[in-house]
Amino acid sequence: MKEREDKAVIKIADLSFAYPSRDYVFEKFNFNFFKGERIGLVGLNGSGKTTLFHLIMGLLHPTEGKIDIFGKERKVESDFAEVRERIGLVFQDPDDQLFSPTVAEDIAFGPLNLRKNHQETKKILKETLETLGLAGFEDRITYNLSYGEKRLVSLATVWAMQPEILLLDEPTIWLDEGTIEKIVQILNRNPRLSYIIISHDKKFLKETTDSICLMDNGKIRKI
Amino acid sequence: MINLIKEKFSEGDSFFHKLDPRVKIIVALLFSVIVAVSDKYTSLWGALFLAAAVVIVARLRTKEVLSRLLVVNSFIFLLWLMLPFTFQGEKIYTLGSLGISQEGIKYALLITIKSNSIVLVGIAFLSTTSIFNLVHALRHLHLPDKLVQLFFFTYRYIHTIHSEYIRLNNALKIRGFKPQTNLHTYKTYAYLVGMMLVRSYDRSKRVYNAMLCRGFKGKFWTLNHFVSKKADFAAGIVMISCIMGLVLLP
Repeated sequence: MKEREDKAVIKIADLSFAYPSRDYVFEKFNFNFFKGERIGLVGLNGSGKTTLFHLIMGLLHPTEGKIDIFGKERKVESDFAEVRERIGLVFQDPDDQLFSPTVAEDIAFGPLNLRKNHQETKKILKETLETLGLAGFEDRITYNLSYGEKRLVSLATVWAMQPEILLLDEPTIWLDEGTIEKIVQILNRNPRLSYIIISHDKKFLKETTDSICLMDNGKIRKI
Repeated sequence: MINLIKEKFSEGDSFFHKLDPRVKIIVALLFSVIVAVSDKYTSLWGALFLAAAVVIVARLRTKEVLSRLLVVNSFIFLLWLMLPFTFQGEKIYTLGSLGISQEGIKYALLITIKSNSIVLVGIAFLSTTSIFNLVHALRHLHLPDKLVQLFFFTYRYIHTIHSEYIRLNNALKIRGFKPQTNLHTYKTYAYLVGMMLVRSYDRSKRVYNAMLCRGFKGKFWTLNHFVSKKADFAAGIVMISCIMGLVLLP
């Protein structure tokens, strides 16, 4: 057991967290995530699912406890730079994610931040658009896209960074069946991908994940 | 506003579309400053002529250029209503108790020429650059990063804040809100503005977080790089000489 725990890429131990002037979201919270896992995360609204993602990405910092990611303890802002390059978080609201005028520029934002050169970036851009079925979208204006398209492009912007682990926050919310089916196919076509998906859509989770965890009262358990 | 967001003029392949954005910014800035401080009619007519010429070279749709000029000139129209009557000077005509002064007319004309020349040059030089390239060029011209980012995000999120306003306004309407001159209306509008401020603040935090998650470290890198060619440099020199020529006109 101990040995297995050591191999976890995300290891959260005895973590406590509370938003200012509110009750604890997590108290002595423990969670391990291994490479190759594909898990669904369910739980009531406000149970801390999104908070967990933000803690992993270093957007929030715990009041107590330890976060180990990729074998290193992550404490301060600078520790998370590497985490953000290797773990991709897709936000719930695509208007938060897409800020560039065109789809191409928004997708290129991540790879350029990783200091990929021009040719590489253009190549990644092309491949990403093809993989996500968005070929021909390069010069579309991001705020004129339909909601479903915006969601797919948001996924593309993170996908382009070629993350080892994906964190998807409600990827199917407000989407029609056709677009959901597209996302299912994209995820299943890449069996080596590891991810955690927050969703209330049981059918979607069944099609894309191997196990489901329930967040309840600041604890997490497999169901 | 939607015009602004869509960057209608930024697509095209005229000489000005291809010119290095840094050259464009410098020339446009120099032109604006010179025109703004100049009060020689020959220089100003020359400037207006040059401005019209560059818009033609930029091959922009006349209708849209005119519609932008219309916005500027509707403000200037207000000046024409005021200045001739209020400016001190020789009266050339009297309308009842109001006198129209020659100086007032001259002054209004001066402002009209100046504003139109500057706006035309702005359209030809700046609107033909995509916002990303403008931002990149400003950075290369060593404008502080913070100012550049402020400029960029203002541009991007005006649209989102505007749609948030429409959503909130619709929420008011569907519950039967009709603006009137009473406390209820003032209070409602105050809530609306307050809510927009709070939401914009929250949104700005989320956007920033999303950027951090994609490896943002305070620097913007652009996809479409521009390299200064000799031709850009030469064009810049020629245009700056033209502007200097304006100053030297008798």
